[in-house]
Amino acid sequence: MSVKFKPSRILFVASIVFYVFIVLGILLTVVLNSLSKGWFSGVLPPYLTTEWYAYAANDHDIPSLLGVTFTVVIADVLISLLIAFPAAYVLARHEFKGKALLLSAFLLPMIVPPMTYGLPLAMLAYKVHIAARVIGVVIVNLVPIVPFMVLVLLPFIEQVGTNLESAAKMLGANRWTIFRRVLVPLTVPGILTASILSLVKAISMFDLTYLVAGGNSQTIVVALYADAYAAGARPPQAVDALAVLYFLIAMTCLIIALKFVSPTQMVFKLK
Amino acid sequence: MKDFKKISVRNMTKRFGEKIAVNDFSLEFGKGEFVTFLGPSGCGKSTALNCITGLIPITGGEIWIDDECIDDSKNKVSPEKREFGMVFQNYALFPHLSVRENVAFGLKLRHIRHAEIAQRVEAALKLVHLDGYGSKFPSQMSGGEQQRVAIARCIVLEPRLLLLDEPLSNLDAKLRVELRYELKALHERLKVTTIYVTHDQTEALALSDRIVVLRLGRIQQVGTPSEVFSDPSNLFVADFMGFKNMWTAKVESLSAKGERLEATLDAQGLKLVASLAWPEGDSRRAVIEEAHRTGQPMRTAVRPEDISLAPRGSHNSFECAASIVEYQGQASQVSATVTATAGPGLEALRVDLRSGTLISEGEVFSASIPPEKLLLFPATESAAEASRWTP
Amino acid sequence: MRGAAGRGIVPLLIPALIFLVLLFLYPFAYGLFLSFTSAKGQFTFGNYLRFFSDARDFRTILVTLQISVPVTLFNVALAVPFAYYMRRGIKGERIITFFLIVPITLGTVLISEGMLTFMGPAGWFNQLLMALHIVKDPFQFTHNYLGVVISLALQGFPYAFLMLLGYVSGINPDLEKASQMLGANKWQTFWKILFPLMVPGIAIAFSLNFVMAFSVFPSAVLLGQPSGPTRVIAIAAYQWAFEKFNFNAASAISMVMAAIELIVISVVLVWRNRMYKGATMVGKG
Ligand SMILES: Nc1ncnc2c1ncn2[C@@H]1O[C@H](COP(=O)(O)OP(=O)(O)OP(=O)(O)O)[C@@H](O)[C@H]1O
Ligand SMILES: [Mg+2]
Repeated sequence: MSVKFKPSRILFVASIVFYVFIVLGILLTVVLNSLSKGWFSGVLPPYLTTEWYAYAANDHDIPSLLGVTFTVVIADVLISLLIAFPAAYVLARHEFKGKALLLSAFLLPMIVPPMTYGLPLAMLAYKVHIAARVIGVVIVNLVPIVPFMVLVLLPFIEQVGTNLESAAKMLGANRWTIFRRVLVPLTVPGILTASILSLVKAISMFDLTYLVAGGNSQTIVVALYADAYAAGARPPQAVDALAVLYFLIAMTCLIIALKFVSPTQMVFKLK
Repeated sequence: MKDFKKISVRNMTKRFGEKIAVNDFSLEFGKGEFVTFLGPSGCGKSTALNCITGLIPITGGEIWIDDECIDDSKNKVSPEKREFGMVFQNYALFPHLSVRENVAFGLKLRHIRHAEIAQRVEAALKLVHLDGYGSKFPSQMSGGEQQRVAIARCIVLEPRLLLLDEPLSNLDAKLRVELRYELKALHERLKVTTIYVTHDQTEALALSDRIVVLRLGRIQQVGTPSEVFSDPSNLFVADFMGFKNMWTAKVESLSAKGERLEATLDAQGLKLVASLAWPEGDSRRAVIEEAHRTGQPMRTAVRPEDISLAPRGSHNSFECAASIVEYQGQASQVSATVTATAGPGLEALRVDLRSGTLISEGEVFSASIPPEKLLLFPATESAAEASRWTP
Repeated sequence: MRGAAGRGIVPLLIPALIFLVLLFLYPFAYGLFLSFTSAKGQFTFGNYLRFFSDARDFRTILVTLQISVPVTLFNVALAVPFAYYMRRGIKGERIITFFLIVPITLGTVLISEGMLTFMGPAGWFNQLLMALHIVKDPFQFTHNYLGVVISLALQGFPYAFLMLLGYVSGINPDLEKASQMLGANKWQTFWKILFPLMVPGIAIAFSLNFVMAFSVFPSAVLLGQPSGPTRVIAIAAYQWAFEKFNFNAASAISMVMAAIELIVISVVLVWRNRMYKGATMVGKG
């Protein structure tokens, strides 16, 4: 088939190329910078080194950072699932007064700036002595993730028709059995999607973590941001090395996520 | 609107990658004709329709309106300039526009004066018995009402060709019959050239001037409803038109007696003695003579209602045991096995017939098969191919 | 209509309600309370009065709007044609969408660090621009308004695009065909059919993108001039909280932020309802 050079096509391809150029340019400079020394001018750095990764490893307790990050993220996803699934189930199956209100209440944490509730929440966390501890970070990060999970799960549960549940009931299954043996297996795709999307979201969650994290409860985003904010205290290449590490983790999660979900599901579901 | 005498589709082909959805499709539509595309799901009906409208590009062939070529598979007149109208299977009403705005949509694009638009919209809505519905929105209407809005939206533009893609398939049985009747009445009144797509045999027979039977993207037969109904051109069409009892039969003996043929057939063990009034030149005569000459088996088909209950021992009658009886009101559909042919290891011959008398399951009775009602097809339509669509 | 599962399942909402009240509503209310309280614990409007009368703080609203509104408009306005173009799938769609969402994984810090180098005076981007004779001297892309805007665009566009792509591909393709059959060309079909049907999606994409841009913080610090031209409202709140340890003042600023976001979102929703009068979805019949 002949390729037609329509103006719209040219415009589209040109913008994609430009966009990819910028994104890759940014990514590559950071990667190269983290591997180089004395790169002040010129197209490419004079020589490469891994010394900044060693520096970053020296500077931070990397295993602890990674450990905390994954503990927080996985704990958040599991806890949110336990809270969000039953709620989404009720919202999908039951009509009641104030349902619309409840749904908007769930939307609210995703709309208002984290500062508004994050600050008091952090203060509360300090009061009950869970701040600067992993558990505090886990709890605080639940706030945006649970609503997100509810909203992603909702359409998946709605998709599973009620007649399957009725059929199970006719066969004498009690409610708990239905939940466990019929509903949960049928919504596995939804549970997977919601979990992975929440995972990707949780990894990048900075604001709230920053307010309560400290000492040994830092996640990698927070450490990274603290380094970047305190520019001058460290060579920028060391910050870049940590940024590359963060990117690799996030990218791995994204690639795994893309195995299970389509890109359009990566963001908040619209319908 | 430009008038025309005929629209011709010549050797139209549509490929989706490897798959050929429409294959070498040629047909002429005369002005005012009502033509139906009939065929099972996936046979290419919608694709053919979309190709004719220009909504999807064709891979090969041409489309002409009188002596103007509107599509030669390289260049085409774009769909919005063809002045065709289409009613989609799901109606495709614009959900954000009211009924009136939906119907006025095409008129507004043509820069017609407001007063005239209003008047034509009202007239169109009246035609489909929807006067007073103008300010409703599509989501507030029933399926039948939505369908009529879709039709009004098309006919208000007085299209040269009206295309309907299974417009009744979403409706319940009663509404389907009613709207079918209204469609027919509408066509009688407007005389607009129409192509109608369906997989429902009854709809096709009731509405059409001509029926086009499709299978795997190819035209199988084109004819008037009665031609297609009583003289299907192959087993596939026969099956679609309600023929059952597809057996393999051999010609044991054949002799001509003037205009008549005396034949003995062996249909999977069932012996039929026939005296057939098939004159020279009849296609069935050619088939049976060819089968006799080569010794090849033929395929037969006969309608269930042509097989009757008969006294034991009468001409061409066989003892059967009823296995499944479906009561259908005026008659029962009976599936039975011919007891005589059920030898050990041999597949029993199944007979499908329709009976006014009540037969109970397991009952043994005698059925007579009139050989002159048999359709005969050469066996080249291999059994393997046939089994892809026989139930 | 009552749900099929009956009333018995309502208790399943309890964990979520506890969560909502304890971790969101209560802190939010506490924040609201703090914002109306003086350091000595008395009721006061002082925190708000102080914010609105302090020219330096009050200016942050304008500064933040000047950054977030153009960025959001840009992201959405660009996402609409992209989503439209890709609505029925195109060649190389997977790889294109992949590149479009890569920025999500880069993180603010990497984007900032990368921009500082890549778009810096000696960076590749300026070198290319100079080689192409588009500019004579290195163009200043960072440590200013433009830097913050570019960074927010890179981070926000993927979300806007993916949302709208998901939304547009959900619109029944027959509607487009129907419009074409009625005589509309591509342009008319877009403006009369697709765009009005995309309005709800655009509204949500705009709102979420705006929220993200309006509460911008790290990018404004790392890529802008946080002491002046890009001193956004979040920086003001942060400084009151963690540099002056005045949580009452900080809470008041947060509440102002929330109020502005809700106002903008309401305006968008009003626009949406104006544009999209029809009932929600076309019934199947
Ligand atoms: N865009 C497409 N890409 C690939 N194959 C297609 C496409 N559209 C249709 N086909 C294939 O072409 C064949 C014909 O499809 P078509 O929709 O025309 O069938 P149909 O006769 O209208 O069926 P139905 O009665 O179910 O509507 C089918 O096998 C279908 O899978
Ligand atoms: Mg079809």
